Amino acid sequence: MTANMKVVEGSYAVAHAVMCCKPDVISAYPITPQTHIVEHLSQMVANGELDSEFLTVDSEFSALSVLVGVSACGGRCYSSTTSQGLALMYEVLYNASGMRLPLVMNVANRAMGAPLNIWNDQQDSVGARDVGWLQIYVEDVQEAVDATLQAYKIAEDESIRTPAMVCMDGFILTHVYEPVELLDKERASAFLPEFRPAKILDPARPMTFGAFADPSTYTEFRYQQFEAQQKALGKIESVAREFQETFNRYYGGLIDSYRADDAEVVIVTMGSVIGTIKDAIDAMRAEGKKVGLVKVRCYRPFPAQALRQALKDASVIAVIEKDVSIGAEAGLVTDLKSSFYNSKLRIPIIGFAAGLGGRDITVKDIRKIVERAEAARKGIESEFEFLDLRWEIL
Amino acid sequence: MKEIRLHGRGGQGSVTAAEIIAVAAFEDKRFSQAFPAFGVERRGAPVMAFARIADHPIRIRSQVYEPDYVIVQDVTLLDVVDVASGLKDDGKIIINTDRPLETLKLNTEADVITIDATKIAMEILGRPIVNTTMLGAFCGASKEVGLESLNLAISERFKGELGRKNLLAIKTAYERVS
Repeated sequence: MTANMKVVEGSYAVAHAVMCCKPDVISAYPITPQTHIVEHLSQMVANGELDSEFLTVDSEFSALSVLVGVSACGGRCYSSTTSQGLALMYEVLYNASGMRLPLVMNVANRAMGAPLNIWNDQQDSVGARDVGWLQIYVEDVQEAVDATLQAYKIAEDESIRTPAMVCMDGFILTHVYEPVELLDKERASAFLPEFRPAKILDPARPMTFGAFADPSTYTEFRYQQFEAQQKALGKIESVAREFQETFNRYYGGLIDSYRADDAEVVIVTMGSVIGTIKDAIDAMRAEGKKVGLVKVRCYRPFPAQALRQALKDASVIAVIEKDVSIGAEAGLVTDLKSSFYNSKLRIPIIGFAAGLGGRDITVKDIRKIVERAEAARKGIESEFEFLDLRWEIL
Repeated sequence: MKEIRLHGRGGQGSVTAAEIIAVAAFEDKRFSQAFPAFGVERRGAPVMAFARIADHPIRIRSQVYEPDYVIVQDVTLLDVVDVASGLKDDGKIIINTDRPLETLKLNTEADVITIDATKIAMEILGRPIVNTTMLGAFCGASKEVGLESLNLAISERFKGELGRKNLLAIKTAYERVS
């Protein structure tokens, strides 16, 4: 506990972090459970605490389209959204990354309809893993605050120039009150340099962004984006370390681990369920079970090498994720398996879809997953499971 | 770690009450967490909110199934919700009601504390909004948050005359159950 900590709502803490990043333009369309973030920002602008243009628009499509224009003109931008709102942005997500515009957006993760569901899972942003944005998933409100500041620094770096999503579990982190150290404006400003992109839309030096690339050049555009994401692997880690030097907080750069060094069963996951898993691990460790956790903080770019290194001594890996790739498995488990295939690692990996549409994940659930994973050491029965299916209503 | 579950109806300020518990506990230099049960809140519908207080950073984020304390803002919820579900035997349940204790049907070994918070709120606030009054009762019955810290948290949330009235409602309820 530090002297500067306060108990505030997660959405307020994130809005405060955005204020410290001094965006030129904020564009927003309200959607639960993201709304509180932009409400707080709107209040900050109205109070004169934040000198930003606050635009209310007619849809999420417009919210992001406006920011594409602003960013191309050299303005720092912010928006946040969730679920259907992110889906409505889909076309613009590709445009922003293809034009190499370093927008930063918080995604308050929520399930996708139908059926209509306002609660948390990560289907929305995991489903957008291929749109060319960086994706960072946070485990608590403090990390959401800190990752938002870090995201601007990573995204705006001239060698990266790639938009970033900071993904925080809707309701669970947006609506929780917990102790947080809000960012200090001056230290945040010192950490995050002003946005001065080398190329902008300027009538004095006419230039076009994203207009047209025929088959002779399109592949090279994609390659450059791919290359920038590979460079971001190093940048995300170095920015996390730089942040640690300034603010004395570190959550891992690409990944982090908890009691994983000698662990036989290693859980791999991302987001707010990590706190509950850490409590479950401590309880199981006290009973002599060798269980550990590897947290995937950065999902795009995918930290394949870091994960292979962190997981090489595991006997079995259980991936817990709040999304499903309907017709295949799910995002994280598929990517993890892919990163293992051409290595010498032959560790059983099983995937669990859990917490879909807001279903609570408890310590008991984590114990059950660990039991299933232990059983899989003797032979995998199923590679992918829906946790706690209610057979009685199926 | 102590876990608290609040039952109310949409519009009765159960979520606000949980948040105030978290702020007050932190004033006491303890760690805390508060969150709603994320229902589709409508006025009058049964709602829940949760709070946790501990001497260490709180990591768990699942809902509260085995509370140490239960706060019930509206006695009519007893007919529709198992408010004592999972309540620890050595825990406490604090219910806003004017009914005699023996008429309440509760499935629990825990201490049952009743207080006519609606009457206190009507007399002091002039409105049947009982969340702060119930916090006074919780504070008095549990001593899990200090009264001064609770007053600080309330003053931060409610300014001016409304703040003063809420502090009086808290004091009244606190003294009645202490």
